[in-house]
Amino acid sequence: MSKKTATKKAGTRKDLTKTQWILKEMVRNKVAYFMVAPYMILFAMFTVMPVILSIVVSFTDFNLLEWPNFVFLDNYISLFFDDDIFLIACKNTLIFAIIVGPVSYLMSFLVAWFINELPPRIRALVTLVFYAPSIGGNVYLIWGTLFAADSYGWANATLLKLGIITKEIAFFKDEKWVMPLCIIVALWISLGTSFLAFIAGLQGIDRAQFEAGAVDGIKNRWQELYYITLPNMKPQLMFGAVMAITGAFGFGGVVDALCGFPSVNYAAHTIMHHLNDYGGMRFEMGYSSAIAVILFVIMVGANSLVKRMLSKVGT
Amino acid sequence: MARLRTRKHKVVLARSAGGDAGITFVLAILGAFMFLPMLYVLMQSVKPLDELWMYPPRFYVMHPTLENFIDLFNLMNTSWVPFSRYIFNTVFTSVAGTFGHLFLASLAAYALAKIKFPGAGWMFQAVQLSLMFNATVTATASFILMSALGFLDTYWAIIVPAWCSSLGLYLMKQFMDTNVNDSVLESARLDGASELKTYWVIAMPMVKPAWLTLIIYSFQGLWNAGASMYIHSEQLKSFNYAIGQITAGGIARAGASAASTVIMMMVPITVFVVSQSNIIETMGSSGMKD
Repeated sequence: MSKKTATKKAGTRKDLTKTQWILKEMVRNKVAYFMVAPYMILFAMFTVMPVILSIVVSFTDFNLLEWPNFVFLDNYISLFFDDDIFLIACKNTLIFAIIVGPVSYLMSFLVAWFINELPPRIRALVTLVFYAPSIGGNVYLIWGTLFAADSYGWANATLLKLGIITKEIAFFKDEKWVMPLCIIVALWISLGTSFLAFIAGLQGIDRAQFEAGAVDGIKNRWQELYYITLPNMKPQLMFGAVMAITGAFGFGGVVDALCGFPSVNYAAHTIMHHLNDYGGMRFEMGYSSAIAVILFVIMVGANSLVKRMLSKVGT
Repeated sequence: MARLRTRKHKVVLARSAGGDAGITFVLAILGAFMFLPMLYVLMQSVKPLDELWMYPPRFYVMHPTLENFIDLFNLMNTSWVPFSRYIFNTVFTSVAGTFGHLFLASLAAYALAKIKFPGAGWMFQAVQLSLMFNATVTATASFILMSALGFLDTYWAIIVPAWCSSLGLYLMKQFMDTNVNDSVLESARLDGASELKTYWVIAMPMVKPAWLTLIIYSFQGLWNAGASMYIHSEQLKSFNYAIGQITAGGIARAGASAASTVIMMMVPITVFVVSQSNIIETMGSSGMKD
């Protein structure tokens, strides 16, 4: 008799249909719904609803003034076939993302890991040195001062003094310089949220595992990193990857502040700029929503790619 | 106790001197790249006006002065709405937004990570995906929503969206997944603790590094918030906005502007230092054994 009930509990419940089973589970875990409700209700109102609305709007010609008409895929078609600047923006965004994404991700992890190897006393201070550029809202404007277009800029003055150049370079107004400089500034402020998550994640690993690893014959810190640290950090690594992707593909604010909008000859024009141009200035909401949907699809694609790569970590 | 364990950790694992040197070297190079521009920010703020516009420009300050800060405070006193009001607005929205977010997000993250219930999977998926959707295009819908709720031109318009930001939930869920031990939760439940109590007394202390991190960046985001499109009354606007208005006066205000960057950073840096040293302190005792 007891054996029979045991199998009944563990195995498939033949007496219940799937819907009934789900309902039963829902009632059994009703406390969980109360716990997620405050957050999820607000999240649905302030995030999910606006996002769904924007996706719908991307199939219309909504411009904030007139009643929108359905235009189906017209916005998407004109983006790819009639809008040369959008294609420039795509190219620039990809260049930014391919360089800034992986470099900032690896830098965040390596620096966090290196800091974790330092004596505890100085860790907080060293962390501050690396995180400080991300703290101040627009402290990156200092790069505008350092690389100012006239000879009062430190970079120009130094290069003139050394005789490398004979005439000032307008760094942020020069097609050749805009991209590399913006990438450098992006990397300068890239040790942000994911860096902190890595630091916190490294603190949370059970010390006993390292001791057990040493007993099991782990010889150096690289083996320790590969066999113990990385597998334990998977959720944080995933978090960091999402941050790197959204940061790299959504890059744009720094360019605006340093180069002005639009950047010279669209040399640093990203998808983000294109979107803000149509959504924030021309109020062509349908068109800009279509851009947002495309950006979203790109990021989701990049994310699933990274997820697949990360699933191989430490196996 | 903590020190003893750290020392043991060092004894057990071989740390080559070459590796230590390599790590220090890489950190020093990257650190210089990070730190020198920050140092320049500090230098600029204490340079008198003639050094700010000196040719050729010098990296280091020759005659440090607090003139710029005094200038900035004098400019603040001339503002139409008392400056303390802007500061209050920002402090209030930053604190209320951060702690509300911390509480709601960690509560939901606990349920999503540690209670198996139908729907948990796609709820988390939705939060994760929402991080990748751009906010500019959702602005119209958000504005309509704010106006329907009567939040326009109130603190609510800043605070409530901060409560349900996606980032905090995602971070807390990821940490709850790894750092909270299921067997400990199970024994607490068997002892008759309610889920709410398990969350607060058992799970939250285990993810202390995570919520200290959440406090840092949520606070910093709200602190640095500029003008909001939901707020039009002057007396409800933010500190960052107000300081931007008075330093936007061109060359004559370059000194005050340099000082304002430093002033704006002070508070987030303080929050950072306090939380971060706490994170590192917890480290020694967080290695829990079962």
